[in-house]
Amino acid sequence: MRFPGTGLAKGLAVTMRQMTRRSVTAHYPDALPDLPPRSRGVIALIEENCTSCMLCARECPSWCIYIDSHKDVVPATTEGGRDKSRNVLDRFAIDFSLCMYCSICIEVCPFDALHWSPEFEYAELDIRELTHEKDRLREWMWTVPAPSALDPHAEPAKELGAAEKAADKARAADLSAAEGAPAPPPPDNSAEEAP
Amino acid sequence: MSDLLEALLRVLVVLVAFLLLPLLVGQAEHKAMAHMQSRVGPMYAGMFHGWAQLVADGVKFVQKEDVVPRDADPAVFRIAPAVALLPYFVVMLVIPLGPGLVGQDLDVGLFFVLAVMGIGVIGTLMGGWSSANKFSLLGGIRVAAQLMAYELPFVLVGASVAMAAGTLSLTGIVEEWQPWWLLWQGIGLVVFFVAGLAELQRPPFDMPVADAEIVFGPYTEYGGLRFALFILAEYAGIVVLSALTAVLFLGGWRGPFEDSLGWLWTLVKTFLVAFVVIWVRVAYPRMREDQLQRLAWQGLVPLALLQLALTAVGVVATA
Repeated sequence: MRFPGTGLAKGLAVTMRQMTRRSVTAHYPDALPDLPPRSRGVIALIEENCTSCMLCARECPSWCIYIDSHKDVVPATTEGGRDKSRNVLDRFAIDFSLCMYCSICIEVCPFDALHWSPEFEYAELDIRELTHEKDRLREWMWTVPAPSALDPHAEPAKELGAAEKAADKARAADLSAAEGAPAPPPPDNSAEEAP
Repeated sequence: MSDLLEALLRVLVVLVAFLLLPLLVGQAEHKAMAHMQSRVGPMYAGMFHGWAQLVADGVKFVQKEDVVPRDADPAVFRIAPAVALLPYFVVMLVIPLGPGLVGQDLDVGLFFVLAVMGIGVIGTLMGGWSSANKFSLLGGIRVAAQLMAYELPFVLVGASVAMAAGTLSLTGIVEEWQPWWLLWQGIGLVVFFVAGLAELQRPPFDMPVADAEIVFGPYTEYGGLRFALFILAEYAGIVVLSALTAVLFLGGWRGPFEDSLGWLWTLVKTFLVAFVVIWVRVAYPRMREDQLQRLAWQGLVPLALLQLALTAVGVVATA
């Protein structure tokens, strides 16, 4: 049978138990938060990787990426050859007052020029200061963590497979070129075999 | 001349206690409530776990502009916080801390205390009436309804204790108190505590200030120092209710080493009851107006009458 007031006693017990436990408050300014890997703090840019292809600026849902570029002519290296042109990045800016941290620009970049950095303390007193130009975006790159390790037994990254194939090909070419000559020391291929 | 000096000194000591104890209870509420909700509460004011938070709040309130609404009744509006606060000070004067440690020992202490405590609610009612605000008025009416409903069981169980002790003097009641009264007057203890909570409009009986429905009830138009006085009155009320519960039902200064440490016992019991007041606030949701009235008339009044009968039987049987 249920005594009247058991519910009331239970309510009191719950709050009392809660009081004896540690609070879950994050003491942020005193202690930095323990952020998960891949947390989206700020977008960093490797300027050298950028080809000014404008994919990120066009995909951005909030139109917060500004890119200015011009074409530079590289003179032909051989006599009678054609001059080459290449894109030079003049301005790359992200307005973080508009950015909604959707990560589409980073997904869409074909040359891995954009990365997430977990840094988040870039509040400003003036909203215009939230537009980070390319030198500031480049500075954020130093805070980008190394990519997290793959899960055990995961498929190796595509880049790794391609690099191994290239290395094998080069070794085979070396071997065929050295035929007839005294046998070269066996190549140390333990490094390539490691995943 | 020395009589006057002594009286002044007593009033001064009680005044200091009156200003200090509510702050202690308020700070305890800040921290206990926070931890019961897995928070830490104030941490910065005063550099150590926010001990000076209420001082900082007080400084803030003092700096604010003193606003009186255009349509308000200015005289009543201005005097209401004082009417709400002062009765608790007067009550504190007659509550004994130890065998001789009392501001003024009255022969009709209990009667005086119960009568004066009711005045505090009038202050809230005045604030609600004079604000010229519908929410304030609604809150004020709710305060009045609550006072009517809960004053009856409050007084009835008070009478029960007086009957058991055979005296109306608070000092006399503590001297007559026996540990087994905890059982004999147990119902009275619960009824007194619950009815007292309701008179202070503390959660879960904070229908008059239900912020989701009527903004902040009678205090809606108040700000700055006057608002702070109302809040101080609430916490002074907690201290007074806790001290009264301790004195009437928990034996005041009675306990081990009561000759030397009696005052400490009263304080410890008072703070224990005050902690329960805070605890109850965290644990329970606000009651609806009809539930509130039903609890008073169908729950507490019959219980109080039962307690009164029980006490009468006990007194006659042991006489």
